[in-house]
Amino acid sequence: MSVRMEKVGDTSMQLPLVNMSPGALLARLALLLIVVLWTIPTFGLFISSFRDKDLLAVSGWWTALSVTERGEAARTGTDEDQVEENGAWFIRGEVFPAGEKEVQAFGIRSTEPETWAPGESADLGDGMTLTVQADGRYELRSPVEFDMNRGRRIYFRAAVPPKFTLSNYEEILDTEGVDQAFINTFTVTIPATIIPIAIAAFAAYAFSWTEFPGRQLLFAVVVGLLVVPLQMSLIPLLRMYNQVSHILPFFEAKSYPGIWLAHAGFGLPLAIFLLRNYIAGLPKEIIESARIDGASHFQTFTRLILPLSMPALASFAIFQFLWVWNDLLVALVFLSKDPDQIVMTSQLRELLGSRGDNWEILTSSAFVSILVPLIVFFALQRYFVRGLLAGSVKGG
Amino acid sequence: MERMLNAIVAIVFGVGLMLLYFYGSNWLLDRLLPDQGLVNGVFQSREKQRERIRPWLFVGPALVILGVYLVYPAVQTLFLSFFDSDGEAFVGLANYERALGDSRFVESIGNNILWLIFVPTFSVIFGLVIAVLADRVSWGNIAKSLIFMPMAISFVGASVIWKFVYAINPDIGLLNAIYTGGGNESIDVLQIPFWNSFFLMLILVWIQTGFAMVLLSAALRGVPEETLEAARIDGANEVQTFFRIMVPQIMGTIFVVWTTIVITVLKVFDIVLAMTNGNWNTQVMANLMFDQMFRAFDTGYASFLALVIMVAVVPIMVVNIRRMNREEAMR
Repeated sequence: MSVRMEKVGDTSMQLPLVNMSPGALLARLALLLIVVLWTIPTFGLFISSFRDKDLLAVSGWWTALSVTERGEAARTGTDEDQVEENGAWFIRGEVFPAGEKEVQAFGIRSTEPETWAPGESADLGDGMTLTVQADGRYELRSPVEFDMNRGRRIYFRAAVPPKFTLSNYEEILDTEGVDQAFINTFTVTIPATIIPIAIAAFAAYAFSWTEFPGRQLLFAVVVGLLVVPLQMSLIPLLRMYNQVSHILPFFEAKSYPGIWLAHAGFGLPLAIFLLRNYIAGLPKEIIESARIDGASHFQTFTRLILPLSMPALASFAIFQFLWVWNDLLVALVFLSKDPDQIVMTSQLRELLGSRGDNWEILTSSAFVSILVPLIVFFALQRYFVRGLLAGSVKGG
Repeated sequence: MERMLNAIVAIVFGVGLMLLYFYGSNWLLDRLLPDQGLVNGVFQSREKQRERIRPWLFVGPALVILGVYLVYPAVQTLFLSFFDSDGEAFVGLANYERALGDSRFVESIGNNILWLIFVPTFSVIFGLVIAVLADRVSWGNIAKSLIFMPMAISFVGASVIWKFVYAINPDIGLLNAIYTGGGNESIDVLQIPFWNSFFLMLILVWIQTGFAMVLLSAALRGVPEETLEAARIDGANEVQTFFRIMVPQIMGTIFVVWTTIVITVLKVFDIVLAMTNGNWNTQVMANLMFDQMFRAFDTGYASFLALVIMVAVVPIMVVNIRRMNREEAMR
């Protein structure tokens, strides 16, 4: 590749922190601003995914640590709940479980939810009074026996303390099939990474260190295939898969082997190109001495070339893994949307369409889907960068 | 648990079958053409014959897969672009003519051109600025990691992240929270004519800037210190040094970054599909092709659109591959 990636990750040139010029200070502030702007969207999603789903829709994630105020409504009990004490009748209860929120004001009309402060007695006429305490307990008092089969409406403004929860994650794993999609994605990704690498490594070795007629020409064709965008392949392959599945009863048009091979096909030109460059650059003496010692090409390859090529294999493996993991197009074409085949990206898109207003489902699903790439990213950053750069010319 | 087991069985099956081929075919070759031991007192090895066949066992699977998954479909797509929606009847240039009168096609071309101008430009500018700034501070590497992070996220994942920035509800969407904070009615930025495409482009810029930054940062470190020193001695200030000394020397890398992002842009599909699905005049070529393939089931027209993408991508790819080959040769 063009750029020596070894340099990435070196400690940067140190400038003395003392006596910072205004220009240097400005540069720092500018960088800080950019970094904050770049991080905010992801950070917002991360915070949102741990917020209570009722809070999510009524207050921004940036207020997650502050108390939220919102209007709510509840109904009192009916005449069946009343008790008589000292010649008056009472209906008692709570508008929400104690401790969850705090009532700041209440009223009896939806248009005037803040008529009385908590603890005040609201005069409802005919001697009837209503008191709502800050902790949510209410008391409806009447001098005569209640006769109502529906409870009275209480409107109130509540202060909701910050609340973080894992329930969004529990919900998607239990009911939205995200756990299955997660497993499916691995089922697609692991073979779709290993198969092209192995096939490409064998081919790269043959192109580098063996003699066979047409070697140069075939390699040129492989490199030429780098220019073919993935879109060029989809329609004929789709037709081909459908036709074959009609002829062969055991072959399904949408299947895991089908998508493994498709990903292998789309990844092969780049894999062969990169691995051949690496393997052809290995020292000639080592390979020749192995051959003179009587090792066949197969033995030379498995015992010598493979271990020596590990850095190149690892870089490409990371690239291909992330590419397949993050792919949506190939998955939409070669897999069905049934629960046993749908992958994370596809599932996420379905949720965006069908559950676009269920923000809590979106947040946690998105985070589950980007979790694996982020782990790979932070754990293997150096190799990741190398693989990504190597793979940046991928035709697909 | 059972699902996990199924997945593991499938993975082992797929990978195992491939390894079985390589080991099995080599084992078979050794069995079918064994050394014949001493014949008339001379050791007869058939290694030469075996080694004539073995390379084909190595490249065989690659050639078959490439043939089936790239060569054949590419040729087939070219043919299908002259056929009708079922891919059955030859219609000549009908799909090509249809495109000229298709407002969706014209809209896609227009949008793609906008994407091609703005996404690479802003990615490169941001990437360059960050690379320069980050090299001057002690926490530069952390800054770079955070800027680079979106590269790891899928386009769909990124779309969800930005859905939360663009949402109309000012209690969800950060942008509208700021906008309504100034006393305005909240708006759906994805429906603002013309400008909505730019809000989609911003997502791709957000992703690609990290890529540009990493390459440009590495290139900047390759700029010889003496040239910078000489400029400073001659009285050039920081800005002049940057534009007249540094930028010209990394022009090659800027070009690489530019072309690579151009190719990404030409094939961008997931972001548009997930955010607007091409509504409100945000359609782009790759999504239009997908739309024709899976919703209209128009094989001929979709093939034509794939061909348009291919024609746009090829010249840039050829330049990039030439350059890579040249650099390989120099190594």
